[in-house]
Amino acid sequence: MAVTTSTPPQRGADPQAPADAGAAVRAASTGRVASRVFAGLSTGAGVLILVTLAAVAVFLVMEAWPALTASSEDLEAISWFNASSVAAYVGPLVFGTLLASVLALLLAVPVSIGIALFISHYAPRRLAQGLGYLIDLLAAIPSVVYGLWGALWLIGQLDPVFTWLSSTLGFVPLFEGYQAPAKNVLSASVVLAVMILPIITAVSREVFLQTPRLHEEASLALGATRWEMVRMAVLPFGRSGVISAAMLGLGRALGETMAVLMVISPGFLYSFFLLKPGQHQTIAANIASKFPESSGLSVSALIATGLALFVVTFAVNFAARWIIARRAEFSGAN
Amino acid sequence: MKLTPHKRFGAVALTGVLALALAACSSTSSAEPGETSGAGGGSAAELSGSLAGAGASSQEKAVAGWIAGFNDTYPDVAVSYDAAGSGGGREQFLSGGVQFAGSDAALKPEEIEKATERCFGGEALELPLYISPIAVVYNLPDLDTEHLQLSAATIAKIFNREITTWDDPAIAAENPDVTLPSTGIIPVNRNDESGTTENFTEYLAAASDGAWPHEASGDWPLSGGQSGKGTQGMIDTVSGAEGAIGYADASRAGDLGTVALKVGDEYVPFSAEAAAKVVDASPAAADATDKRLVVELDRTTTEKGAYPLVLVSYSIACSTYDSESDANNVKAYLSYVASPEGQERAADPSVAGSAPISDDLRTKVQAAIDAITVAS
Repeated sequence: MAVTTSTPPQRGADPQAPADAGAAVRAASTGRVASRVFAGLSTGAGVLILVTLAAVAVFLVMEAWPALTASSEDLEAISWFNASSVAAYVGPLVFGTLLASVLALLLAVPVSIGIALFISHYAPRRLAQGLGYLIDLLAAIPSVVYGLWGALWLIGQLDPVFTWLSSTLGFVPLFEGYQAPAKNVLSASVVLAVMILPIITAVSREVFLQTPRLHEEASLALGATRWEMVRMAVLPFGRSGVISAAMLGLGRALGETMAVLMVISPGFLYSFFLLKPGQHQTIAANIASKFPESSGLSVSALIATGLALFVVTFAVNFAARWIIARRAEFSGAN
Repeated sequence: MKLTPHKRFGAVALTGVLALALAACSSTSSAEPGETSGAGGGSAAELSGSLAGAGASSQEKAVAGWIAGFNDTYPDVAVSYDAAGSGGGREQFLSGGVQFAGSDAALKPEEIEKATERCFGGEALELPLYISPIAVVYNLPDLDTEHLQLSAATIAKIFNREITTWDDPAIAAENPDVTLPSTGIIPVNRNDESGTTENFTEYLAAASDGAWPHEASGDWPLSGGQSGKGTQGMIDTVSGAEGAIGYADASRAGDLGTVALKVGDEYVPFSAEAAAKVVDASPAAADATDKRLVVELDRTTTEKGAYPLVLVSYSIACSTYDSESDANNVKAYLSYVASPEGQERAADPSVAGSAPISDDLRTKVQAAIDAITVAS
């Protein structure tokens, strides 16, 4: 949900000096009106997004207020509320959300960069086009379909992998204590990774294609192999683009509901046991799970967790912008 | 959907206006209600209007079936049911937003007081019209028996993670003729608040002689285990791993094995008759009346052939309505629900797979329904 608002640059009418003076006046006046209308429309659109964002923020705060100010006794009266304050309740959820999303990112980014490089620099042109089209298609699959796929098919396929992982690497606490079926945070991350793969790939591919031809050719002319060319010319040029792509993917993973809801056995712990069931839950999935039977204060408490997600997403995006801004000077983008 | 304070105020205000309007014209139409209620709720052609209900999601499928069946006879009555949860349904009913409610729990004492006000001086009706057996399901495809036999205490220890393998001596002792695998047990619970969980934990707490240390609750008391959302999530999770055990609405057990519960000295597998039997064998609640047929489910019953792990969901309505059409519609609808056809319809596995109520209970329920009148 990155929002950048910059008022569009005001450009005066710039008619291309016509021969006829009368035509020039007419063209200039219509051009001026059109320009003004367009400036108004795009400013309006820019303002609209700010207003929408503010409205969402105000709604979240207002609706969450009763839960934020409620006494711990009132909160504990909610049957599923297993903490004494909203902050204590949200904490493990924020942790679970970040853990699942970051794991998904770790799984997705290397694969995405590989696919993007293959399409931009390795594949024959015709294959590259077809493949790019397929990747875009993946992005159009609704998340509930990914959820069904994860819950009904993927979990079964991951079972032997996780069994092996837990038995051979079980001495590492991360992989300790796997229990079938594979309804744990790592499975959820795998589904999320598949979901965010297309967007990261698509953006990275576009960035890699922008690498100046001269840089590439210069690199090859100096005797670099194709891999060295990619490493020295393409990747440094595309770095900030890949980071933005990853952040777009992270944004989608943070707010993803259905896929996580259908795959994970939820729990409310700060836990790094990736293969144990009942350890983690994400904010969005928790809201979807608890909302249907909620009323009164419990709705407020859920909206308070939504507010936390809003803040986390915002923070992640700001961090991403900061990273990109800091690295901009080293990239070939300027 | 929840009523916001504004809407709720609106609903109350609207009811008040309606009551005034009706009071104003009641002198002219006072002869009619007597006639129609004398005719047993009116004939099909006379009933029309809308009938709104809200409440427990456990009943949702059965209610959908009942509405369809009811509309076969009374096509002009528009019945709706909002599965807002038991608490939400009772709240909407008491505020006058809906004419009837479905609830997994009986009205609380303070709600009974409010109900008198809502029912224009009458009384609330609480009718146990939805009885659903809950099965303890397990995924052991190679087991050479139809029903594993377990006592409540053993089930409690399994779900409390004290018994961790299927060949545990406690399980073997109850199933002497079965070869049990050494597979680990994976207990599965529901991760959403649910009436199924509440009834299951209530059964464990009451019948396990202290082996279940937790209180009855709609939310599962232990954390860090396998779980599924909703009945389907539960069935999917149990089906997903060999050795898993869970609990679910019996009609949804499918290919999974189901446990025969120890009742007295014998083991009873679930069946519609066995589930209806425990409701008949259970005493009425302390504050029950002939209108509020609240049952204190006897989880520790030793009645032969009774299956104590059931969910009972009540249909809540008023004994008195301020409008003739409401009274007649509610009366006709509830009569249909309580009728053998209505109960059979809900019992169809493709509808809800519930257990039809017994004839004894039907007589009592019908008597309460027949007493629905219009406020004078």
